[in-house]
Amino acid sequence: MNKNFNFSTSFRNSQLVKGVVEEIKRITTKPWTIMEICGGQTHAIMQYGIDQILPKELELVHGPGCPVCVTPLDQIDRAHAIAAQTNVIFCTFGDMLRVPGSSTDLFSLKAHGAQIKVVYSPIDAVKIAQENPDKQIVFFAIGFETTIPANASSIIQAKAFGLRNFSILVSQVCVPPAMEAILSSPSNRVQAFLAAGHVCAVMGYWQYHPISQKYQVPIVVTGFEPLDLLQGILKAIRQLESGTHIVENAYQRAVSEKGNQAAQEIINRVFEPCDRNWRGIGTIPFSGMGLRSEFDEFNAEHRFNVEHIKTQESEICIAGQILQGLKKPYQCPAFGNVCVPTNPLGAPMVSSEGACSAYYRFSLNREEI
Amino acid sequence: MENTSQISFDGASCPIPLPHNKTIVMGHGSGGKMTEDLIKQVFQKHFSNPFLNAGNDFALLPMQGNDLQLSVSTDAHIIFPLTFPGGDIGRLAICGTVNDMSMSGATPLYITASFILEEGLEINLLEKIVISMKEAALEAGVTIVAGDTKVVEKGKGDGIFISTTGIARLTRQVQINGSNAHPGDVVIISGTIGDHGIAVLDARGDLGIKTNIESDVAPLNHLISEILEVAPETHVLRDPTRGGLATTLNEIAKQSKVGIIIHEEKIPVLQAVKSACELLGFDPLYIANEGKLIVIAPENKRNAIISKMQNSKYGKNAIVIGEIIEKNPGRVILKTEIGTSRIVDVMAGEMLPRIC
Amino acid sequence: MCLGIPGKIIEIEQSIGVKMAKIDFGGVIREACIEAIPEAKIGDYTIIHAGFALNVLSEQEALETLSLLQEISDINNELNFNEQEL
Repeated sequence: MNKNFNFSTSFRNSQLVKGVVEEIKRITTKPWTIMEICGGQTHAIMQYGIDQILPKELELVHGPGCPVCVTPLDQIDRAHAIAAQTNVIFCTFGDMLRVPGSSTDLFSLKAHGAQIKVVYSPIDAVKIAQENPDKQIVFFAIGFETTIPANASSIIQAKAFGLRNFSILVSQVCVPPAMEAILSSPSNRVQAFLAAGHVCAVMGYWQYHPISQKYQVPIVVTGFEPLDLLQGILKAIRQLESGTHIVENAYQRAVSEKGNQAAQEIINRVFEPCDRNWRGIGTIPFSGMGLRSEFDEFNAEHRFNVEHIKTQESEICIAGQILQGLKKPYQCPAFGNVCVPTNPLGAPMVSSEGACSAYYRFSLNREEI
Repeated sequence: MENTSQISFDGASCPIPLPHNKTIVMGHGSGGKMTEDLIKQVFQKHFSNPFLNAGNDFALLPMQGNDLQLSVSTDAHIIFPLTFPGGDIGRLAICGTVNDMSMSGATPLYITASFILEEGLEINLLEKIVISMKEAALEAGVTIVAGDTKVVEKGKGDGIFISTTGIARLTRQVQINGSNAHPGDVVIISGTIGDHGIAVLDARGDLGIKTNIESDVAPLNHLISEILEVAPETHVLRDPTRGGLATTLNEIAKQSKVGIIIHEEKIPVLQAVKSACELLGFDPLYIANEGKLIVIAPENKRNAIISKMQNSKYGKNAIVIGEIIEKNPGRVILKTEIGTSRIVDVMAGEMLPRIC
Repeated sequence: MCLGIPGKIIEIEQSIGVKMAKIDFGGVIREACIEAIPEAKIGDYTIIHAGFALNVLSEQEALETLSLLQEISDINNELNFNEQEL
């Protein structure tokens, strides 16, 4: 097997996929609701049509695992206010371009002359700062724990180079508080979690034990290839069927219990836990990571005096009920006309993105391909 | 500390992207849904006529009381950087219009080219581009018969914009256009997809990727000639440029009112293109190609067509990737490598690298 | 939050600031920060997300996982076969 082994394609083997799906079908005797809380996993499920081949008793619900969509409105407005300034080059991940603020989005600002650059990595933004000493370079530092080390390293890099024209606008969120918030909600239907594999590659999964115990839910650390997702689901079902609730690792090649301590040290060197407002949900205490005071010089919020921003939430297309699996996409008023979220590069929230992509799944099933 | 009982997910909102119908934004040029909407809402609204409304890359114009048909096509070429692995804006301009004209089955004859030059452009570079156009025209067998030049101030043009118009003559007895796909037809692609888009991305340097991928920019009229020799009953020809294979197949599915099934494991993609797409969060189905051909033809002609294509310069990796069906008109469905199906829609706006 | 892709380290760079490396993603080369994997060497595979290496991938664990899944697959194939025989 070694010769043909590949870290990605070996985990897409269709024969093994069939085998694991058979096993899931064999052991599933009751309906179960499982949530995955990672935009990347939702995307992979939709891309490979995993939800189509699972037994009908299984419902996959997509959680708020996309930092883009949960970034609070006031922070988006701050980003827009900064990006609009003439001597600023505003660097961002591509995901953020289409996210609307109170009155505009980065696309429109670009159309009106703002300098906005899409970067693949925050460290690329530091390079841009080095190459443009007469401009202010601001990086929109969003992300979960997977992205936070990259964001931290941009600050470490900027400090090492003595850059005075680089700063970051922070809107970073953490997974465990979000999981708790979902599980403690009175209308919660989630019975098991697939934990985000790459978040856990950084953080490990030691944080999930108390959550698993307190709420009596199985939590399975899961990867992103079809076989990873199916193995995660299989382990979750096994626990659900046998009434156990522990934390398990189904992504052993990348994740250990402790996680990557060097990465955690990098995060903690630059950031510290803080309260964070989640768009449309409210403030979840200690659910975010903000800049430590000794790095305040790199905080774009203070450098650009955008702390007081008036926000106005635009039309809501989807209620949180979809997030909890209480409603289906076709019950959303905007669905099918304003919102056509088949392309995950658009702005819709992961839960609705996954769920609204399910519109096509529904029409597929109805039309019986 | 855990005041989680106050947290409610009922207000969790979906930030709907803004509709962008007051100002042009980059997404309007992507070839996807935004482009389609712009054309419908502004251009077709005022320019409506049967030729434009047919929605093909060419207009077939009957002359001399239907004895002669001319195929006409126009295009503008804007690209950064001006030169990239495998080609430049000059080659792109000629091949783009040669290809558009050829999609009707017509023989390209003449091209006009007008240039908008930005103040500060190096004349050496301009000459290189012009030589490239000459070579492409020679390869395609077309003559550049008219032109124009304008200059704009520095900062008002990306070096050079080239606009081309092509005239071709249709003498063959063929019925080739986007509304002609029939259930039962096979869908053939002439080679690997995504090469041009990734080569240009690499050349731009913004995302820091380095590959050996070259643009596939090429004139396809000779390939088309050879195909039509053995299969004059071909129904549709189209090159999947902006918006990629996915967008182009969707257009055909809508025009012909048919469903299209494509098989993931049959679609040829170079490994480096696959890797670049995975890294950045792109889908090769949506990436522009400038030298690839989609052929939709009756099933009984598949072997003849594939054989001809594989023996031709620009069709060596030709392969059947799918079929036309009656069900799900207007829809393109992909059968994945693990045996499931998913709908492939048109590209929404611009393709953006993502982390999520 | 996760577009983490496996890539092979082909060159480690000495630089001021954070440690960087050239990563080969099956024909695409990109720089990435390997500050969080100080033990990594050339030839190791790592998961890169947003230009940052999250962890070194274990081929051994990967093969063990695949082996386990193969067992599950084989058992179910046998079960199906037996069912059909009945």
